[in-house]
Amino acid sequence: MEVAIFVLFAALSVGFAIVVVAHPHPVKSTMSMVVVLFCLAVLFVLLGAPFVAALQVLVYTGAILVLFLFVLMLLNIGRERAAHATQPAQRWVALIGAAFFAGFLGMLLWRTHGPDTLDALTPDYLSIHRLSWELFTTWLLPFELVGLLLLVAVVAAYAMARAPQPGEMTPPQAGALPAAAAAEGAEGGGDAA
Amino acid sequence: MTVPIAWYMVLAAVLFSIGTVGALTRRNGITIFLSIELMLNAVNLLILSYARLLGDQAGQVIVFFVLAVAAAEAAIGLALFIAVYRLRRTIDVNRLNLLRW
Repeated sequence: MEVAIFVLFAALSVGFAIVVVAHPHPVKSTMSMVVVLFCLAVLFVLLGAPFVAALQVLVYTGAILVLFLFVLMLLNIGRERAAHATQPAQRWVALIGAAFFAGFLGMLLWRTHGPDTLDALTPDYLSIHRLSWELFTTWLLPFELVGLLLLVAVVAAYAMARAPQPGEMTPPQAGALPAAAAAEGAEGGGDAA
Repeated sequence: MTVPIAWYMVLAAVLFSIGTVGALTRRNGITIFLSIELMLNAVNLLILSYARLLGDQAGQVIVFFVLAVAAAEAAIGLALFIAVYRLRRTIDVNRLNLLRW
């Protein structure tokens, strides 16, 4: 039973991962990525990590991929145009390199995997109570730092994606921006916020 | 019968390689980003399978942190793409060659 579930979802995730990297339309790539993430969430449950699986669905598919879709919608990005600068050589080199890489990495992991029979899942390993205890004692400092990182990321994303306000530095249209104007624009950027 | 843990590891290697191909061959910036997310997820799967193998919950905590950092990375990266698009009207990485020569 477990093997059947694993094989089904592993095959689904590999198939849709190929769609993600091969489909010329970015919206369809993103939707395939949703399927991949759901399949991986199932595998996470099989590995005895239901909390991480829930986070995967909530954070990845619920937040990150929705952000991707929003940006695709905002920028109105369509199909990748194959007309210019198609480089079949690059594609083949990447494919061959990745095949070697997958073979090597897979073999390495196959040989270092340890015992074939795993210990049964213990209630201790599955316990979210213990996990959160661990998170808020041993890993408290990294936890707080990650919170800070997210705050900085939100502020930075807002600052970068915002439309330029009047009086702020405007994008250089043609040729180089004169140094004086650039300096003035940078100053104006401070108080326009 | 339980699934041998090596299967999960090989699956992680395969997904990581697919992500590598995508990051190397695609020209649309957002699809490159999706490929990088795919690689991050493959690594998450690997961390969780090692955590399962060793019976140590610390692996789950680390995956939690990887998820949080991936969220921050996606927010920053997509904001960068919006800013680049505003300047250049494209996010085709082959045409973003201002700093190339």
